[in-house]
Amino acid sequence: MDADIFTGILVGEQGALSLEEMVEACGAETVWVVELVEVGVLSPVGRDEAAWRFGALDLLRARRLARLARDFEASTEAAALILDLLDEIERLRARLRRAGMEID
Amino acid sequence: MEFKDYYQSLGIERSAPEGEIKRAYRKLARKYHPDVSKERDASERMKAINEAYEVLKDPEKRAAYDRLGTGWQPGQDFHPPPDWDTGFEFRGSPAGGGFAGDFSDFFASLFGGATGARHRAGFQGRGEDHHARILIDLEDAFRGATRAVTLRVPELDAEGRLAVRERTLNVHIPKGIREGQVIRLAGQGSAGPQGGRAGDLYIEVAFKPHPFYRVDGRDVYMTLPVAPWEAALGATVKAPTPGGPVEVKIPPNSQSGRKLRLRGRGIPGEPPGDLYLVLEVVLPPAQTDRAKQIYQTMARELAFDPRRGLGV
Repeated sequence: MDADIFTGILVGEQGALSLEEMVEACGAETVWVVELVEVGVLSPVGRDEAAWRFGALDLLRARRLARLARDFEASTEAAALILDLLDEIERLRARLRRAGMEID
Repeated sequence: MEFKDYYQSLGIERSAPEGEIKRAYRKLARKYHPDVSKERDASERMKAINEAYEVLKDPEKRAAYDRLGTGWQPGQDFHPPPDWDTGFEFRGSPAGGGFAGDFSDFFASLFGGATGARHRAGFQGRGEDHHARILIDLEDAFRGATRAVTLRVPELDAEGRLAVRERTLNVHIPKGIREGQVIRLAGQGSAGPQGGRAGDLYIEVAFKPHPFYRVDGRDVYMTLPVAPWEAALGATVKAPTPGGPVEVKIPPNSQSGRKLRLRGRGIPGEPPGDLYLVLEVVLPPAQTDRAKQIYQTMARELAFDPRRGLGV
């Protein structure tokens, strides 16, 4: 079966996963995902929980936050702050890369 | 399987008190956490550190581990002695569901048995979702490709102990994929308990660093070296692009840093990204008499002062 080629569904940056799918993908509880939306870490499209659709970026952010909170024994707020700062660094690095400046 | 020296992983003595274990872990986590670290092997190091901490922070697991004795060397071939864990009861899964694949065979053989319950997954009647990350070439996003992904899958053996198995999947990389997107393979996660639905596999996609292309979302940037006369007089030159070589028109009087946009030549899609060529004027070396002569002629004949704006 290893010779088979698996074709998946592409989860785009936005609007792909329901709340339930997101909860399962993070191996988390529903309240945890809802909290991340309330504090602004995740930004699903859709008006209410039933209509929420999360994208790949939300999934990657949620899992990264879970790792940070677990490994540093940090609160959701502190882990969210670390996440924001890491995003900012990545944004600045991308600007440097665009300008052709190599960074270590 | 290889014996793991958890005290060595955290850089502490076997006699270290609980507080010191925590301090050592926190210090190492700051240095090696793959989300914040610039160390090359951060991800592997952090796995080892997490695993060591998972055992040593828990007094029961630590006591059971200590019972193995001091006669083992890291990397030595190891099989758990029979009944080594009698009298201990390990509670909870390692660091919550979904992370079990991060631990070594050694860990799984010692502490894996207790993690098999998977309460939450069992309650939902559905297997756990798994996650992987794959590095692809930028060219794969232009043409589509098939790439192998190797996963470490924790599985229960006949005795109910957790064993880690390697599994390789060939995954289709769709044309137009961008960094930050995820490929979801339905049913390729953990098998569902009691015949329940299997979990899904999510594969995060990232690009390998490329010697001359730089990627920003759907746009691709490249530095294009040009000769002074090409920049000055204008020229049509060949440039590589991830989709194949193209001819580009350099407008006359171009300077270093000028950006030429090739619309739609970035990562394919609806809409496709753009390709930006950033010009870099490269001077021929003045190594021969003839080359020196030409530079001297330019100095004489062109009234050119690049520092005019500096007021000197």
